[in-house]
Amino acid sequence: MTIRVAVTVNGTEYVREVEPRLLLIHFIRDDLGLTGSHWGCDTSNCGSCVMWLDGRPVKSCTLLAAMADGRAVRTVEGLERNGKLDPVQQGFIECHGLQCGFCTSGMLMTARWLLDHHPDPDEAQIREVISGQVCRCTGYENIVRSVRWAAEHEGASRMAEDGPA
Amino acid sequence: MQVPSHVEYERAASLQHALSLLTRPDARAVAGGHSLIPMMKLRLAQPELLVDINGLTELSFIALDDGQLRIGALARHADLLDSAVAGRCYPIFHDAERVVADPIVRLWGTIGGSLCQADPSEDLSAAFAAARATAVIRGQDGERTVPVRQFHLGPYETVIGPGELLAEVRVPVLPATGSAYEKVSRRVGDWSIAAAGAVLRLGGAAERPVIVSAGIGLTAVGAEHFVAAEAEEFLRGRAADEESFAAAGAIAARGCHPAADQRGPEDYKRHLVAELTTRALRRAAARVRLDA
Amino acid sequence: MTGAGGPPTAEPGFGRRHRKEDQRFIRGRGLYVDDVRLPGMLYGAVLRSPYPHARIIAVDTIAAQAHPKVKAVITGETLAGLNLAWMPTLSGDTQAVLATDKVRFQGQEVAFVVAEDRYSARDALELIVVDYEPLPAVADARRALDPGAPLIRDDQPGRTTNHIFDWEAGDARRADEVFRDAEVTVAQDMLYPRVHPAPLETCGAVADFDRVAGKLTIWATTQAPHAHRTLYAMVTGVPEHKIRVISPDIGGGFGNKVPIYPGYVCAIAGSMITGQPVKWMEDRSENLMSTSFARDFHMRGELAASRDGRIRAVRVTVLADHGAFNGTAQPSKFPAGFFSVFTGSYDLEAAYCQVTGVYTNKAPGGVAYSCSFRITEAVYLVERMVDLLALELDLDPAELRLRNLLRPEQFPYTCQTGWVYDSGDYPRTLRLAMDLAGYEGLRKEQQAERERGHLMGIGVSFFTEAVGAGPRKHMDILGFGMADGVELRVHPTGTAVLRISVQTQGQGHETTFAQIVAEELGIPADDVEVVHGDTDQTPFGLGTYGSRSTPVSGAATAIVARKVRERARAVASAMLEVDPADLDWERGRWYVRGDPDQGRTIAEIALAAHSDLELPDGVEGQLDATCVYNPPNLTYPCGAYICVVDVDPGTGKVRVRRFIAVDDCGVRINPMIVEGQVHGGLADGIGMALMELIAFDGDGNCLGGSFMDYLLPTSLECPSWELGETVTPSPHHPIGAKGVGESATVGSPPAVVNAVIDALRPYGVRHADMPLTPAQVWRAIQGRPLRTDLAIGPE
Repeated sequence: MTIRVAVTVNGTEYVREVEPRLLLIHFIRDDLGLTGSHWGCDTSNCGSCVMWLDGRPVKSCTLLAAMADGRAVRTVEGLERNGKLDPVQQGFIECHGLQCGFCTSGMLMTARWLLDHHPDPDEAQIREVISGQVCRCTGYENIVRSVRWAAEHEGASRMAEDGPA
Repeated sequence: MQVPSHVEYERAASLQHALSLLTRPDARAVAGGHSLIPMMKLRLAQPELLVDINGLTELSFIALDDGQLRIGALARHADLLDSAVAGRCYPIFHDAERVVADPIVRLWGTIGGSLCQADPSEDLSAAFAAARATAVIRGQDGERTVPVRQFHLGPYETVIGPGELLAEVRVPVLPATGSAYEKVSRRVGDWSIAAAGAVLRLGGAAERPVIVSAGIGLTAVGAEHFVAAEAEEFLRGRAADEESFAAAGAIAARGCHPAADQRGPEDYKRHLVAELTTRALRRAAARVRLDA
Repeated sequence: MTGAGGPPTAEPGFGRRHRKEDQRFIRGRGLYVDDVRLPGMLYGAVLRSPYPHARIIAVDTIAAQAHPKVKAVITGETLAGLNLAWMPTLSGDTQAVLATDKVRFQGQEVAFVVAEDRYSARDALELIVVDYEPLPAVADARRALDPGAPLIRDDQPGRTTNHIFDWEAGDARRADEVFRDAEVTVAQDMLYPRVHPAPLETCGAVADFDRVAGKLTIWATTQAPHAHRTLYAMVTGVPEHKIRVISPDIGGGFGNKVPIYPGYVCAIAGSMITGQPVKWMEDRSENLMSTSFARDFHMRGELAASRDGRIRAVRVTVLADHGAFNGTAQPSKFPAGFFSVFTGSYDLEAAYCQVTGVYTNKAPGGVAYSCSFRITEAVYLVERMVDLLALELDLDPAELRLRNLLRPEQFPYTCQTGWVYDSGDYPRTLRLAMDLAGYEGLRKEQQAERERGHLMGIGVSFFTEAVGAGPRKHMDILGFGMADGVELRVHPTGTAVLRISVQTQGQGHETTFAQIVAEELGIPADDVEVVHGDTDQTPFGLGTYGSRSTPVSGAATAIVARKVRERARAVASAMLEVDPADLDWERGRWYVRGDPDQGRTIAEIALAAHSDLELPDGVEGQLDATCVYNPPNLTYPCGAYICVVDVDPGTGKVRVRRFIAVDDCGVRINPMIVEGQVHGGLADGIGMALMELIAFDGDGNCLGGSFMDYLLPTSLECPSWELGETVTPSPHHPIGAKGVGESATVGSPPAVVNAVIDALRPYGVRHADMPLTPAQVWRAIQGRPLRTDLAIGPE
């Protein structure tokens, strides 16, 4: 009743035997122990579980681990590179973009993706792209500011995303 | 806790492979998974085999081809929203895609998945119905075409049979046509309380245009085949003006069968049908370029 | 004024400062309950009732027990054998852990499966066969007391009705007199519907019972770890010193994580039975359908006033729906919470309220969602009533408020129901909000819009909060006085550890509490480690809810730091060989009066305190100190909010265009964090006013059981918040601070509703109940607003 999946997560390949029904979020959290991505709602409404699959954000509570076989996943644990925070991470610190921290990893992953495709987004673009992700603490204001901060501080250190776009 | 029950999983290596796997009566195709997997988590759907068709990239196209806009079933909502050619021919699709779920879901959810889920509240069914699109269905013996207006047999039910797959949707591109989609929901990302799509083909003089043909699609209000047929008929040959649009809206409102739920009472939904149909027609007409 | 705020300070003490806790969260290294993984850990899942009211005939677990990965199946009968089938609620009622006799709400806990993994636990639930005999349900609170209404709590001997309590406050006769001779009265029925705090992290626990040591360790989503420990001792019989409750990182609480839930007790029972750790996490539906809801107050408000706009009295009757068990979490002497502060921010001649609580076949709870113990309901009531009076008198609602707000010289002010407001300058706060909004200009714009047929609305609300429960003479929970302890240790090298009883759920305690110590001792905030959330590591206290952390534990922290400072003075006097009375304090340092070069820093003093230095009599060595703070009064933050909306009359759709919020919470320890909390509360207000709702159909089925039905506001419904502040320090708080965590959640819903009703004025609309969904707004325009607590159905 299990199948073998090989998933590259944050640059490292993991091979596991899993039940085909296993949700991607549980694979990442329970099987690989990467608990930075969270589970929040079952119905793909809250976005706590957003990570990247092949370079695009996805609500990982609504995909199977099997569907990620042979693909590349990037999670919040893969944002920091060589001990240096990604600008979106720094932005969330600078602008108080988080309180309880539960939605944060999903917000960071979406923000990183936005900036990779729109390096200079305005407030409306930022609000639009995170509109499928719920934050119960910040009222979104400081998340918007955090992403803007990151946009303004990206500079030359922008990193290439992993996985094919 | 909401997790799917046991299921087998196969990845389709080719369209033929997918079709052969799908001959199993308890098999379901999965692409974006954003409709099917939530149903599986609630155990409302318990397929025994999932056929992952994400590898069939030959079905991901969006192209203008021989007077038709062709949209592959595996095109993602975001692809359609980003498609300049689709937006030019049929702005109704951009209007609708902007209000389908949310930007992250739209990156994975597919056009084919939406149509095949056949949710009465799903937005694209009405948009394609308004545009009189045709569904292209592949089976092991070849392909067949079914007008989108006959594609849905009822809630969560389509004409797709075992061993078949929706391959693409074709929409005729006609001159002097404008289109629009108007939706009201309780919140961004929520299903429609009601929505209306309109496709108008106009003729006559620019200062006094006449309706050559009209397509009106309705979402979430119990409209047969997602369309307001009587209102479409009414509009044919009439002046493209406020009076016609309002009258068509009223006809559309009379002809649908909305059910009260937490999104709103029946009278409100019926009112919305009139209001949104009128607005969609107005905006569709404004988008027509008669010189084109 | 929108709170971008300027650069954070690096200085010790108060001011903008980046949060210490962010470093782990932005790396995905927080530790939430579901991140806890113990060797041999099993997973639990709860089987829940599909019926709102049914007798349990039989529970057959044979097939589930036979599942190869199932370790235990626990039923009410199993728990009855352990004397765990029922547990006390925070309101002195009892609640079934797993149902034995009947189920009393849809989603009630019936059985608990422990299995090797989550998925198998879920699978095994389907193998349990429960034979129910469905009973008629009470879903409509207004029918709960009807003769012949189904009796819900037949487990209580002698009970014949669904009545829980009657409670009153104020002076009925005096209020009646004022109403009798009032020139103008207005009255309105209004519902504050059932909503849910819905933190993004659901509730859960990992229970680990060590049979050898007899020690029970529970990682749990709790805002009150010490109170939970005591309750677990009472429920399970495990001695309290053998129980350790760890509240790790909490993914939002908002009151949802104050009570103890059956799932926690089941996890404990599961660990006791299997001898292995057991994890239980709710799914979202379980969270929304079974854990602490909020509000569900059916209110009738009345105002008496003079023709020239002087508000004289307020009278309220309330029907409070408490669900199937009375599980409200509030000070015990206050069965309707602090609702009696419904006199609001106005100087009145009389006030009276009467509250009746009833059981229904709905989930238990009632006090949650940042409500400050039902001040949310009180503020909504009075602020809607003031707007109705303004309509009646054809007065501007801001002007009417300015005429009636308490004046600064009236503080401390004892209101007609006995609350003693500590401080405030209400007119200044409201005028600042009006200035920030450009109020006059907005009214002119509204007039012009109306002439064009556009619906623009401007809503004003003014709130007074009463937070920081509380003086132990008046306030206790299950007999525990609401005082909190704190311990401060200063290490030999001058860095410090502060141990607090309150529990952050995102409020940033690790940062702000370090800042209080830094302010008082003059050492860098980074040199103060704040320990919380572990009952083995921290002193007793009642936890974080009701905006009480800063008013209670913040005060305790300032006082304990001052105790340390005084000890440091004694040590410094020995070091400098001068009399302690001859030492003066400047930030971080005691020095000899008149000779500022002769001084010792806290770090130097700390080292000396641990050394062989001969210390003066009465000084034991080291600087460590403890404190238990029993607040003399609550703190009374206030605020003035203005909301601007546009309404589409064709669809009923509301768009919030602007929201201006001026908060006065006294001294701000970290303005960045205060503003963040206000932002979050304002979003709550948008949510409650426009979309959040848990309704029930006539049979008692819950209609808000997922995030597809229970709608939370997104980034697109929220405008960019415009903040301002006034500062009137609390006179009785050691640093002049007041609580603020719930202010915006309390104050914002009436501003939004007042704005929408104001927009609908051309249609003669006086009132419509929340949530003001497009359907509700359109129906209000038609003169037929919906009743929102029940399902929308065919007419």
